[in-house]
Parts: sequence; structure tokens; C-alpha cells
Amino acid sequence: MATVEEKAGSGGRRVSEEVLKGFFREMLLIRRFEEKVEERFRAGELPGFLHVAIGQEAAATGVCAALERDDVIASTHRAHAHAIAKGTPVERIMAELYGKVEGCSRGYGGSMHLYDVAVGNLGANAVVAGGIPGIVGAALAFQMRGEPRVAVAFFGDGATNTGTFHESLNLAQLWKVPAVFSLENNGWAESTPARQQLPLPVDELAKRALAYGMKTIEADGQDVEAVYLAALAAREHAVAGKGPVLVHLRTHRLTGHYVGDPQVYRDKDELRRERETKDPIELLRARLELSESELETIDAAATAEVTAAVEFAKAGTDPPPEDALKYVYA
Amino acid sequence: MPEVTYREAVRDALTHALRTDERVFLMGEDIGEMGGSMGVTQGLLDEFGPKRIRNTPISEMAIVGTGIGSAMQGMRPVVEIMYEDFLTLSMEQLVNQAAKHRTMSGGQVSVPLTIRTQGGAGWSPGAQHAQQLEAWFVHVPGLKVVFASTPADVRGLLWASIQDENPVLFFEHRTLYPIKGEVPDELEPIPLGRARIHREGEDVTVVATGRLVHEALEAAEAAEQEGISVEVVDPRTLQPLDEETILESVRKTTRCVTAHEAVTRGGFGAELAAVVQHGAFDWLDAPIERVGAKFGPLPFAPALEQWVVPHAADVLDAVRRTVARA
Repeated sequence: MATVEEKAGSGGRRVSEEVLKGFFREMLLIRRFEEKVEERFRAGELPGFLHVAIGQEAAATGVCAALERDDVIASTHRAHAHAIAKGTPVERIMAELYGKVEGCSRGYGGSMHLYDVAVGNLGANAVVAGGIPGIVGAALAFQMRGEPRVAVAFFGDGATNTGTFHESLNLAQLWKVPAVFSLENNGWAESTPARQQLPLPVDELAKRALAYGMKTIEADGQDVEAVYLAALAAREHAVAGKGPVLVHLRTHRLTGHYVGDPQVYRDKDELRRERETKDPIELLRARLELSESELETIDAAATAEVTAAVEFAKAGTDPPPEDALKYVYA
Repeated sequence: MPEVTYREAVRDALTHALRTDERVFLMGEDIGEMGGSMGVTQGLLDEFGPKRIRNTPISEMAIVGTGIGSAMQGMRPVVEIMYEDFLTLSMEQLVNQAAKHRTMSGGQVSVPLTIRTQGGAGWSPGAQHAQQLEAWFVHVPGLKVVFASTPADVRGLLWASIQDENPVLFFEHRTLYPIKGEVPDELEPIPLGRARIHREGEDVTVVATGRLVHEALEAAEAAEQEGISVEVVDPRTLQPLDEETILESVRKTTRCVTAHEAVTRGGFGAELAAVVQHGAFDWLDAPIERVGAKFGPLPFAPALEQWVVPHAADVLDAVRRTVARA
């Protein structure tokens, strides 16, 4: 977990430059990973259905940095960033995307079902909102056993329209379980924009948690420091037994819903403007005033790690077909 | 051996689990002060307190999902879905989550969750409080499905289900709660996947579940008067299924009737018929007969309801048809 310093004079908190550089390295690693996934998918090497988190790296990095190793998360179909940020090595994620035994789900899950229980990743879910009630249950287990742990559900704005979301928030608040609901609000439910799926302004989605009397924290999802501090405050609140927290992160999906999505539904100029002004990695780079050589060093390391991950994955073991039913029952 | 009701037998298994395993807790609608809509959990709140006997909002999706998450974190939740009709509200979590976490994770997690529910006709609730949906869940790999018909079975099978590492759909039948039967002095788990032969016979095997086990036994008595010897087998667990016991029985009797309260079309009897025709084809002397409800939502008026669901007379007719063919 990263450290925070008290902001001089204000009583607020800020994150040291060194820690922010660590965040930058991780966010760039995620970006290079996602770009490599797109490239390898287009090369025809990756089976299945892929969703990348380009533009949403700060949300995953900032939230997971605020967690302890034995805190748990549940992710979504857009899972790669969360899995990396929670601590699964990129080569094991890449191996999973190639369907190899060395993958983090042994080749049984795929991109939308990345698990790594050893680092607290309880699984990515391909049903929108499907992982949220399980996180309430994990938090309930921690509460019943008196363990100082939190459980975090990642989900998007589209998920807040499901009954699962509302039932889960209601129950979590009723029982005051140590859960954090991390809302990555990118304003899109696949191809459907906020105005067609939300009866309230897109920036006001946290009101849905307020309806249950739940504490909410707002943060700019493109500002990793703000995300981190919000998640840290949420964790402290939840683990202190004060109840769950919804962290509302306004973020931007700077790519299609899935790899290969032509985005015919999206205004091209608006997307270009978002890419120019809302890229969390560019924003952090400018803030840290990284020199060209520093950037090149960090980028080269990230690129090398991702390239090595592809080599690791390609050299991996194909699961024997007859093992297909090995894990149906315990 | 003490004699207890089916309801008391369920409660006894729950009490035993709660006393002997601190990971066990209960969640469900109205299971606390009220003691459950069927009275099964009466007294448990007093003994175990509100942290382990948890009344929930009317949120079936969240109840099951919370059970899944706590089970994955080492607890042994037993959740109650008040009527199996309401399982429909939790299907996403049952089918996509509980059943699949273990495979999707490549074996990293298991979901030791028991979902108790009940249903069944015979009291005119209409179409949304008496369905028999057990066959749906047999079609979902990763779930186990139990349907107990006697006090001894419901007690031992529930104890086994709570100890099982997998998600178990545990079906009880509403009209069986008051029936009495002997149970062993000591509670022993009944392993899932073992059928029970209720009555031995020579001419026809009736494979029955739930309330129809009792209807089949009544039909067998009547058939005896006509000189037809009927064997009654209750699979008790539909998944995993004790195929061998059923096949051995049919190879002996050479005729088979399946019987359940659920509608015949697409019901568990279809699966049983497939298993029997494949495993005992050379022994069969008559087509397999299926007994089940007629294909319609349950109507309200008692006369209508009774006409739709099967009774001992329907089982007896089916038995006669198989004998008439030979």
C-alpha cells in the first residue's frame, strides 16, 4: 500500500511524488498490456471476447493501491486492469488470454473471468452487476469473523440500472458490512450513452447510493491521486465498522466497448477531444513533469514486461481436453 | 428411534449444523422471529441470535449472492428461499455464479452454499406459490440437487448438503412438513447420490420424488391387491443421480414408471426415462410411463388444482399400463 502525507496546513492528504511515479509505472504497464491485447487479437492469436480498459487505468490503479493484500475484489468483463492492479503478474494474465494452463484461471476462465485468489481477486464477471452481491457476502464473512478486511466490487454506470445493484447496496448498508462499491462511470453501457440509460445527470449517479443512506465519495476517475485518496478513505470507513461506501469515479473509456468495436454510435470529434484531454496517463505524466528519458525508461520496462508476457503465454501449456470437466464439482 | 415430523427433522439438521460448526449461519425472509413461513426455523433465533439467524429484505438475488460470497470466504451459509417460485428471482446468481465459480477459476474456489426452498400443490395457492422446478437445476452443471421425501431423509440429506463443498439446491415439499417418521438417534449424513428403495417388488419399478414417493407407495399397496408387485425407488438426489440402483431395479422388474409432481414435459422423469432406456433396454418389457402434472400453470380452485397434479390413482394407472403391455 502506498503512503500518504498530510498536506501542509490544509489538513488534507496528498501522495508523495515517489508513490505517484509508482502509480504511473503501473498505469503505463496496463496501457501497454491492453495495446498488446488489441494487437494480438487482431493478429488472430486470442480467442474469445475481449474488453480493454484504455482510459480507465487510474481507477483500477488508485483503488487497488489503497487495499491490503488480503482485501478482496470482484471485477467485471473489463478485467485486465483490475487484475494487474491487484497484483497478478502480467504473464499469468496473458497466459489466461491465450487459454494456457499457466493462466491465472488455468485456462478455464478467459479474459472475462480472471481469478487470482492468492492476491484477493475473487473473479471477474461477465454478467453486468453479477459480482456485486458476492462482494456483500465476502464482506459479511469478514464482519462475522471480526477480520479487518474489506471487499471491493468494481462495476460501471450500466450496472447501476440492475436490480442486483440495488438489492446489494440495500443489504450492504442494512448490515453495515465492510464493502466498497467502486463505480467506474464511463457514461457508456456498451453502445448506449448516459442520456439513453440514466434518468439523472451522469455526474450524479452517486445519488443512487444516497437513497440507501450510504456514504459516498466522489473523485475524478482520471486523477489517480484523487482515486487513491478516495479509496483509502472508503477503506478506512468500511473497516472501522461504519458501513459500506460507494466511491464514484467519473472516468472515460477511450476505446470501444470490445476489441474490434467500430464505435459507429460515438461522435468521433468528441472521442478525439476526450483522448486529448482525459487520458489519465498523459495527465499524470504532465503533473509529474517526467523528462523524456525518464518516460522512455519507464515505457521500455513496461513494453519489455508485456512482450515477455506474450512469449511466456505462447510457450505455455495447452490444457488437455479431457480435463475440461475437472472443476465442475469440488 | 424417535419419531419426528419432516419439519422437525429439517430444524434438527439446522440446529445440529449451527451447534457443531461455527461457520454455519442462516439467511432468509422471515426466518427470525416468525420462524420462517413454514415454521421450520422456529426457536433458532433464540438459541443462536440475530448474527447467525439473519432475517433479510425481500431480495432473492442479494440473498443468494451474499450466500455465494460468504461461502467463497469460508463460511457455510444456509439460505432459505421462501417458495421455489421465488428462485426465479435469484436465477442469475444460482446459474451464472454459484454453479460456475469453481470452473471459471480453474478450481481456485468452491461455493459450499446450501439453498433450502419448498413448494408443492395441495393447498390452492394458485400459480405462483406451488411450482415444482427441481428439474431446471439438474440442467446446470456445478449445482447439486436434492429432493427429500421423508423425515429421516430430509434430516440426513440436509446435514450432508451443508457439509458438501458445492452449491446444493435443497427442495422440500410443503405438504410433507407435518408427516411423521422415525429418524436415527444420532444424526448421520446421508451421502448425496444414493437412492433409497422404499418398497421391494417384482413387476414394476416406480421411480418417484417428493410427494409422489408417498403417492407411489399408496399406489403400490393398491396394485398389490390386483396381484401386481411394485418396487418404489426414491433417488433422493437428482444430481448426482444414483443410476445404478435404479437400473438394477428395472433390470429386475422389467418395467418402469417415473413419478413427480412437476409437469411431465421436460420434467425429471424424462431424464430418468433416458437413463433407464439406455441402461436397461434389453430388459424392458414395456414403454416407460411418465406421471407428472398436466402442462399448465396451477389454477386456483381446489377442483382444478387437484385435476392438474398427479395422485396415487395416476401412478396406479401407469403401473397397470406397463403390465398390460407385457
